[in-house]
Amino acid sequence: MLEFVNFYLIPGLVLGAIYALSATGLSLIYGVMRFAHFAHGDLMALGAYVALAASTGLGISVWASIPFAAAATVPAALVADALFYARLRRSLPAVLLISSFGVALMLRALIYLLFGPTPVTFPLPIVPPLVFEGIRLQPRHIWIILGAGVCALMLHVILSRTRAGRAMRAMSDDPDLARISGVATAAVIRLTWVIAAVLVAVAGVFLGLDTQLQPVMGFNVLLASFASAILGGIGRPWGAAFGGVILGLAEECSTFPLRDGAPLLEPTYKSAVAFVVLIVTLLVRPQGLFRGMI
Amino acid sequence: MALLEVRGLTGGYGETDILNGVDLDADTGEVVVIVGANGAGKSTLMKAIAGLVRIRAGHVRFAGEEIANAPAESMVLRGLAYVPQERNVFPSLTVEENLAMGVYAQPKRFREGKERALALFPDLAARLATPAGRLSGGQRQMVAIARALMLEPRLIMLDEPTAGLSPKFCSAIFARVQKIAQAGIGVLMVEQNARPALAIADRGVVLAMGRNRATAPGSALLTNPDIGRLFLGG
Repeated sequence: MLEFVNFYLIPGLVLGAIYALSATGLSLIYGVMRFAHFAHGDLMALGAYVALAASTGLGISVWASIPFAAAATVPAALVADALFYARLRRSLPAVLLISSFGVALMLRALIYLLFGPTPVTFPLPIVPPLVFEGIRLQPRHIWIILGAGVCALMLHVILSRTRAGRAMRAMSDDPDLARISGVATAAVIRLTWVIAAVLVAVAGVFLGLDTQLQPVMGFNVLLASFASAILGGIGRPWGAAFGGVILGLAEECSTFPLRDGAPLLEPTYKSAVAFVVLIVTLLVRPQGLFRGMI
Repeated sequence: MALLEVRGLTGGYGETDILNGVDLDADTGEVVVIVGANGAGKSTLMKAIAGLVRIRAGHVRFAGEEIANAPAESMVLRGLAYVPQERNVFPSLTVEENLAMGVYAQPKRFREGKERALALFPDLAARLATPAGRLSGGQRQMVAIARALMLEPRLIMLDEPTAGLSPKFCSAIFARVQKIAQAGIGVLMVEQNARPALAIADRGVVLAMGRNRATAPGSALLTNPDIGRLFLGG
């Protein structure tokens, strides 16, 4: 039991928190702009690398470097929108998807150019885990889960309590009706990018803390992020967060040694779990758990 | 000079023109009903006036100002409100939040707007916390009209407000429409339910193939045998 908690449940929750942060942004973007943002993973990697540069360059802790990560991803997202997506706003969603794939390649090339291809890690002091009744908790894991919780709470307050958040939800319900009501859609779109980019910057730093930094780190979790968003119901940020946690747990628990010490699924196949969840969701409940927009 | 003056309006989606030179007047406190067969361009006309469909030629003057192709989000502050036919509420927002969207441009007017909305539609008071997507068709229509009235528009455009509603709700909606006009607000309404709508109309406009076919007082259109045969089902 303790083994399950220490090696499967807690890592699953940590991974789930990271997926949730990334998937929530994807779902918001889909809701407001109706397209699958393929550059989200590389935006995540950009955030992680800028945080690394800030924390080593300025000698600050990784946690304190999160604002620097957001200060890179937010302008990157806004510039990509102004240069590419805004011009294609009236095109088919597939056209926007392909253009975001192009943006993804540009971001990744930039990361290779600036930081090189070799995997690196955040300079973290070695801290012994906290142990409660045999449950071993890495402090960084606690911070990741708490940090994701704070982000979720802040997003909830923005979406449900503020005028701008209400406009985002209104636009995701019906863009034309929102315009008739006087909503300046361009401003709502910018706000959506800001929020999604901040969330994905946090996700990037957390992913780097949980594993290591490499230029394809974000692209590697993009499929899982989409699977989370679709599992929760695309366009529904809460569903995406929930889907992320479920998927993180499913991935980590998939290698649990259930059959006489042999893992349920060889760890090499772990990343296939997202595919399976995605396919099963699309077959059984394509609208997702929380009735998405498809 | 009428509050809303449409002259020679031509436009549509993409390359195809659906409207081929429509003229229309609507004034404060007046109910103007647009009738016509399916595909005559009734809904497109409203969308064009509201800034959602591109106008290629012609004029739309509202309160003396040219508003053809002005951004849709600017209309509400000019005093021009619009309730589309379907998808006229935000389904995932509660009734109260839907009303709040009606004052999006001037959030400070929420309280007074809500009071007026609930005075006109008292049934909504018990449903304020319900997501609009869970309401019946008639209740949704009330939310949609209430949202459009939140900022006290000078003209409200209603696209088939009784579509799919039971007769009981239909007469309730028509009674509200008359009340709105009595309050000095202009009402421009598209209706399939042409007979009862023309009965309360100061003026009726018959559209066919994106052109004006006839314009006359509502009662005159009702008794015109040609119009009756062609557009009102006998």
